[in-house]
Amino acid sequence: MWYELSETFVRNTLGFEGKIADVLHFFLYDTVKICFLLVTIIFTVSFLRTWINTEYVRAHLQGKSALYGHMAAAGFGIITPFCSCSAIPLFLGFLQARIPLGVTFSYLISAPMNNEIAIAMLFGIFGWKIAMLYILFGLTVAILGGWLIGRLSMEGEVLMRVQPISERLEAPMTRLRVQQRVKEAWHYTEDIFKKIYMYVMIGVGVGAWIHGYVPTDTIVQYTGAGNPFAVIVAVLMGIPMYSNAAGVMPLVEVLTSKGMLLGTALSFMMAVTALSLPEALILKKILSLKLIALFFSIVGSGIIVIGYLFNAIL
Amino acid sequence: MTIEVLGTGCKKCFELEAVVKTAIARSGKFVQFEKVDDLMRIMEYQVLSTPGLVIDGKVVSTGKVLSVDEVMAFMNASGA
Repeated sequence: MWYELSETFVRNTLGFEGKIADVLHFFLYDTVKICFLLVTIIFTVSFLRTWINTEYVRAHLQGKSALYGHMAAAGFGIITPFCSCSAIPLFLGFLQARIPLGVTFSYLISAPMNNEIAIAMLFGIFGWKIAMLYILFGLTVAILGGWLIGRLSMEGEVLMRVQPISERLEAPMTRLRVQQRVKEAWHYTEDIFKKIYMYVMIGVGVGAWIHGYVPTDTIVQYTGAGNPFAVIVAVLMGIPMYSNAAGVMPLVEVLTSKGMLLGTALSFMMAVTALSLPEALILKKILSLKLIALFFSIVGSGIIVIGYLFNAIL
Repeated sequence: MTIEVLGTGCKKCFELEAVVKTAIARSGKFVQFEKVDDLMRIMEYQVLSTPGLVIDGKVVSTGKVLSVDEVMAFMNASGA
């Protein structure tokens, strides 16, 4: 409905024609749709988040079996916030509560990958099915990656000694009225939105331009089925792009609509969110280079496998 | 009253520090303020997501940049 409405607006009310009308229509349609979804999804997640925070997750995971731990850690990663500057206290805190290293990594992989911004953008751009697939694959990488790291017994590679806490941790629960929770969630939504809307606009703007002016052949040649290394290149390109997830996705939309394979696109987005250089630098303070390299290569290969798998199925 | 802001030096931690300083100034109370960036001390407070806000040794908020009003409400709630 909004698609037709925005088209009528650009063509009839503003009176544009030809390619420029296409570009403008695309821009208007996409920005409004994406912004709407961003606000809705970020609000929902931050509302849930007023019940579950990282401290709660730790208390919940303490003393649970490894299998359950991996799955729950990956699952909690969807809801709880993660900022790479919190990576160290989080990591040490989990170990302190005697949560196994592998389970900690499951959480550490899932939390940034399944963040609400990435999910909202995917939902807005590719629809709910692809968003669900992204979450599903994200959870898989987190569970298997964490499990694998756990199996390699790398405990000695943690450079900082932590004093384990033996007693059971109390899950801190904040008692708030629903009204307060709504207010807090809304406050947070506003905050995030202010930070990313510019990236979204720029991303969609560049996307709209490609949509109108760059020929499909060029894109297919580099990112389509003809290039067997597309997924690997996409993952490597995604690593340094962490902070701009919101701006990168509208671009990916256009690339896929012009012939880039969806698996390649998904891998790219996972690399953007899950693997970030700043996070690696921060973790270097407490983890050996060997463990960080292992972490990156396991997650990286997981993402690459998913990309090829996806390209093969679809 | 002592107020501590826990954080290892990320952007949010600096933001909270600034907010807390404003709140202290506005409250006109005598407050001992400290920015804690030593990891071990942060761990002792059981805080996993920075920035954390500690008033008189009690953790009142984690992982959030609060508003000046919220900080003042916490200060009033913990008496003195």
